[in-house]
Amino acid sequence: MRPLDASRIGTVRNSQGRGLMTHPLQLTPDGRLRHLLTVEGLSRPLLTDILDQAERYAGQPSSNRGSRGLKVPLLHGKTVVNLFFEASTRTRMTFELAAKRLSADVLNLQIAASSTSKGETLLDTLKTMEAMQVDMFVIRHEASGAAHFFAQHAAPEVAILNAGDGRHAHPTQALLDMFTIRRHRPDFENLTVAIVGDILHSRVARSDIHALRILGAKEIRVVGPRTLIPAGIEAMGVTVHNDIDSGLADADVVILLRLQKERMVGAFLPSTGEFHRDFGLTKARLAKLKPEVLVMHPGPINRGVEIEGDVAYGERSLILEQVEHGIAVRMAVMGMILGDEGADS
Amino acid sequence: MSAFLNNVLIRNARLLDPRAGTDKVADLAIRDGLIVATDSGPFEETFDAAGRWLIPGIVDLCARMREPGATQKGTMRSETHAALASGITAVCLPPDTAPVIDNTAMVNRVNRIAKKAAGAYVHMLGALTKGLGGEALAEISALKAAGCVGVSNGLNPVASPLVARRALEYAASLGMTVHVVPLDDALANHGCAHEGAIATRLGLAAIPVAAEALAMRQWISLIEDTGARVHFGRLSSARAVDLLASAKRLGLPVTADVAAHQLFMTDADLEGFNAMAHVIPPLRAASDRDALRAAVGSGLIDAICSDHQPHELDAKTNPLPQTEPGISALETLLPLSLRLVEAGLLTPLALAERLAGGPARILGLSQGGFALGARADLCLVDPTEEWRLDGRNMLSAGRNTPFMGETFTGRAARVWRG
Repeated sequence: MRPLDASRIGTVRNSQGRGLMTHPLQLTPDGRLRHLLTVEGLSRPLLTDILDQAERYAGQPSSNRGSRGLKVPLLHGKTVVNLFFEASTRTRMTFELAAKRLSADVLNLQIAASSTSKGETLLDTLKTMEAMQVDMFVIRHEASGAAHFFAQHAAPEVAILNAGDGRHAHPTQALLDMFTIRRHRPDFENLTVAIVGDILHSRVARSDIHALRILGAKEIRVVGPRTLIPAGIEAMGVTVHNDIDSGLADADVVILLRLQKERMVGAFLPSTGEFHRDFGLTKARLAKLKPEVLVMHPGPINRGVEIEGDVAYGERSLILEQVEHGIAVRMAVMGMILGDEGADS
Repeated sequence: MSAFLNNVLIRNARLLDPRAGTDKVADLAIRDGLIVATDSGPFEETFDAAGRWLIPGIVDLCARMREPGATQKGTMRSETHAALASGITAVCLPPDTAPVIDNTAMVNRVNRIAKKAAGAYVHMLGALTKGLGGEALAEISALKAAGCVGVSNGLNPVASPLVARRALEYAASLGMTVHVVPLDDALANHGCAHEGAIATRLGLAAIPVAAEALAMRQWISLIEDTGARVHFGRLSSARAVDLLASAKRLGLPVTADVAAHQLFMTDADLEGFNAMAHVIPPLRAASDRDALRAAVGSGLIDAICSDHQPHELDAKTNPLPQTEPGISALETLLPLSLRLVEAGLLTPLALAERLAGGPARILGLSQGGFALGARADLCLVDPTEEWRLDGRNMLSAGRNTPFMGETFTGRAARVWRG
């Protein structure tokens, strides 16, 4: 009888990518971006390259003007479709602005009025849109893995950019967070970063963790009540704190997450008030942190829940910078995938 | 693949008889669908089975045929023939067809469809509660009279421990085994993956092991009170194995099975959002898989089943959380189980016990052995044939298998259904 290959006793794997990590789909054989689905697995040079490209579009840090007014013809003749199956304002707008500043034609598909609400499958939607000679889909969807699904089924000439899939990934948010941190603290190896709040449901937290690890952050903490910390998250390279004081001690960067009230069913928390008392970033808590601490939030914020209003727009807050940088980072990613330096060039 | 000749002499087979506990090279004869003495010739065919194993026809404790209710996924004809070609001579159908098997008319209807299909025998579990709603008891006595071999609420929750207790008492008074998939619905919480590092990283809603353990603990408590016979199906975790062991140590009338894929896959197979690995209960950690394998090896887990759930292509063509769970598994049940023999976890005789003897006993069927006069449901296994699972050659209408393209060693070479 044929001897059993020990590796086969365990997980059965085949030749269709099963058992592999989630990232190879988004890279070309020579390591360039084909799609952007997740930060996980990006090399440090590639991630840094995206941030460097974003600098081209973001303007000088001191100007506080960001990419306002800057328009380049990089994607002239290309068509980008924002396919948002989940409600979003700021993310969709920044993607739209980014594409327009690269001179692409932009379509925004209103899902509530689209054929998916009539029963059309996601695949049908994709194929129908592809037939309209679309070059890139920017996709937000409530299901984890939706962007991977689209990428697996997209035509070879069509790129997928993940604008947030379920709880899984929000890569451009993480990239703009890294861009923002880098502008103030480029020494990632010395940074202790605390991510506070609803880690369980947060795609931003997951993508930030991947990005911070790739950039070599000294320590990454996730902070929140146990109901909002998913099992086994330590395997992503973080330490877990259920107490905000220990979680924020000596932190250089504090990333607050929106408490997703729409998901607060199932007795995750007794009340938003209690959450604010135990995990909200208040002026009093901020005063105990390092004077140069950076305060970040992917928005939209819940004032008086995860962050006190005065702190949200206080001198340590980078929240508005994050929004501004979102456009530059998204321009960089779109340009790298579809532009002259893109994978299909 | 299958043969229905009236008079056959099978010569020189390695006869693996789990009922008698024997493993020997000998001849076996079939006449008019029954096992008869080998010297009762003449025979229409003499079949040389040297080098091959003859086991009782496999009895699959859980296989969906999809008819009635979802014939876009499979039909009684396609699935019972896929079963038979895979060495499975009898399948046990859960009651979650559409409509639900909760009355005698449905039992009769399914029997008619199955008889017409003329593949593997189809045995049925009747619904434990009306419409599988979990609230009111189904007419279990009538279901038994109509031929159901047990009752079950499938994957549907029972409304309360009180309903569960009454269901056990009532079924026990009729001598019916209650088949339970232990999974607490509230804790499962519409999840699609094992709670752990992989689900967390992929952002998949998780099902904790406690969902299985809590349900099992509750049912075991009720078994202690009622003495009802319960079969735990599709176990997925090491903790469930421990609970099963303690229940058996207490002498409770419990048995259990595991789906073959749970013995070979883990939650790591969800990487890349692989919808083919989306099953309920979910694929769990490697330590859970190892505990399940050990329990199958020791006989603590009585049976291996397919948990066959064929799907049409569309059901798996979506982002993973939005796909339908389940694997088309009839055609890999025996080949996967043979890997356990290859790995030294099962002897060939123990394999026959887990696939045929054990499940037949659990269902109260007379199959599962080679006694003279027994129905000749037989599977001749070629343990050396190398073959590749190819969708073009699958008989099941469902091509939804994570093992597509895998190479296997061993399969059913020939099947007789008495």
